[in-house]
Amino acid sequence: MTDIKVNTAPVLGADKKAGGHLLEVENLHVEFRTRDGIAKVINGVSYHVDAGETLAVLGESGSGKSVTAQTIMGILDTPPGFVTGGSIRFRGKDLLTMPKDERRLVRGEGIAMVFQDALSALNPVFTVGFQISELFRKRRGMSRADGMKRAVELLDQVKIPAAKTRIKDYPHQFSGGMRQRVMIAMSLALDPEILIADEPTTALDVTVQAQIMDLLAEIRRERNMGMILITHDLGVVADVADRIAVMYAGRIVEQADVHSLYAKPCHPYTMALLDSLPRLDLKGQELNTIKGLPPNLMRIPSGCAFHPRCSMVRDICRSERPALLPIGNRASACHFAEELVGRE
Amino acid sequence: MSEVILEVRDLVKHFPIRQGVLFKKTVGQIKAVDGVSLDLYKGETLGIVGESGCGKSTLAKLLMNLETPTAGSIRYQGRDVLRLSPGDQRRLRRNIQLVMQDPYTSLNPRMTVGDIVGEPFEIHTDVAPKGDRRRKVQELLDVVGLNPEHINRYPHQFSGGQRQRIGIARALALRPEVIVCDEPVSALDVSIQAQVMNLLDSLQNEFNLSYIFIAHDLSVVRHIADRVGVMYLGKMVELGKDDEIYDSPTHPYTQALLSAVPVPDPTARQHKTVIRLEGDVPSPANPPSGCRFRTRCWKAQEICATQEPLLQISARSAHPSACHFAEARDVVHAG
Repeated sequence: MTDIKVNTAPVLGADKKAGGHLLEVENLHVEFRTRDGIAKVINGVSYHVDAGETLAVLGESGSGKSVTAQTIMGILDTPPGFVTGGSIRFRGKDLLTMPKDERRLVRGEGIAMVFQDALSALNPVFTVGFQISELFRKRRGMSRADGMKRAVELLDQVKIPAAKTRIKDYPHQFSGGMRQRVMIAMSLALDPEILIADEPTTALDVTVQAQIMDLLAEIRRERNMGMILITHDLGVVADVADRIAVMYAGRIVEQADVHSLYAKPCHPYTMALLDSLPRLDLKGQELNTIKGLPPNLMRIPSGCAFHPRCSMVRDICRSERPALLPIGNRASACHFAEELVGRE
Repeated sequence: MSEVILEVRDLVKHFPIRQGVLFKKTVGQIKAVDGVSLDLYKGETLGIVGESGCGKSTLAKLLMNLETPTAGSIRYQGRDVLRLSPGDQRRLRRNIQLVMQDPYTSLNPRMTVGDIVGEPFEIHTDVAPKGDRRRKVQELLDVVGLNPEHINRYPHQFSGGQRQRIGIARALALRPEVIVCDEPVSALDVSIQAQVMNLLDSLQNEFNLSYIFIAHDLSVVRHIADRVGVMYLGKMVELGKDDEIYDSPTHPYTQALLSAVPVPDPTARQHKTVIRLEGDVPSPANPPSGCRFRTRCWKAQEICATQEPLLQISARSAHPSACHFAEARDVVHAG
């Protein structure tokens, strides 16, 4: 059955602990230094996640959504990637200034990640059981046998049939959906408080995608985890997210709770994105398109990065960069956000 | 309806599974396409949907004559494609062209755009005289919305959407009547996807093209197709006009597939019925007896294991549906 219950997520902006949110990314800047020049991939991203809620980070390829996640996890390839500013606070402590050993402990136990392509994320020459139990051996000091026992339990939890025998199989012996379940089991091994899912279902078929999204929602609810769901799929987001952050050219251009965002998007990019989507339940004639191409991150347009493609562009958009400002219980980085909110 | 341009009957493609190093012996068959029949009418778009492994891309290759079918026939304007002499086959290929899925690997990185789009003229020399080719290529680039002055650039200088346009220009070069599009937009971002779909739409009107549009994204197919065929494990399980398939699907698999598509509307969470399928698609090397969907079907009964349901119109299904217990059910709740 599907989950239609209203979840217990805290309301927007509500503080769980004194001093802030469970995970708080603030004004993050990341650049890639390549032979051809410097690509500014993230240009001041701020967001936060609390226990029990799902934040969806939405964006097209090159918008910086995955790089933000990699930076949070501390798995950014350096070089070419360099963090040039900002902070990532987990339980109030800045991960970026933390000593390496301490940060290593946060990975897996504090924040865990599920990757898009499970086949390349798993090691092909070790059995699935070995790879999961490795976490228990290295981090919990368990014996090989105990670790395997825990691994079976985990595979059971993610509903892999006959977990006891499957544990001896290698990743290539699993189907795409089952592999993604193994990835999820692995990420849950050390009971993380936050799970980052980076396009967890992009490589899967729709019926399998539905199974995996259900599983993630169920686990999130059971464990009261915070979840960051990174995706480009506006359909998946509408199904599971509590709040949404829309990214464009390394910035968040709009942030709102899921219902307000779909009912009345308040940034021209979000509006255009929703309009350009073919819908199963609506048969339209011509799709609205966003003209032009996503910007080259080595030469981000002046002013608002979206202005060359925007249908509402005016002079101020070319010269002045709009900040992400709150309007009511949401935020939009557009000079004309007030107008957009006020429209019928 | 208008005339049938492409007629496919009982098309079968089995790939042998071989084992052994020196003396290879065949130990089984992958039944990729197992008895598919369809008609394509002039000027229409026939969408083919299905999950990975259902045989839709093999079907595209068979239609393009890139694979030789194990059995069955393909007739183009009444002529059996498979029985033609090699010369006739080559001439006939002009009329059926392919747009491939991945715009990054389907263009040769060492050829300029002009060479790529102009290559069909090298093979079919009588279409355009040598001196005329450059102009023709530029015309084609203009038609698909690329700058004709970029004729000397290489594929890596273009974005994904632009590359897909190059692939479309190449397919259009010989003025075909049928274009087989194999997942043409699945590698593209949402904002670019809409541009390419609109382009395919306008080209169809301009050149009176017929499309076979293969995709796994049901929303995309709904948008572009006039008729839709749903495939499962090498078989066509349901075939009908797009309204019939999307508003009153009668095959359980189609219903489950449609209900699993996430709708970009958070208010739909409450009243959405999602049919959850258990497990994975069985191996095409050893498909279930009788109805191939029965292992995952909630309606399955004894007859499903013993008797294979035919793709036909029945009392409860106004369009062809291959299920013993076909019954219409609205799962999308179109607004």
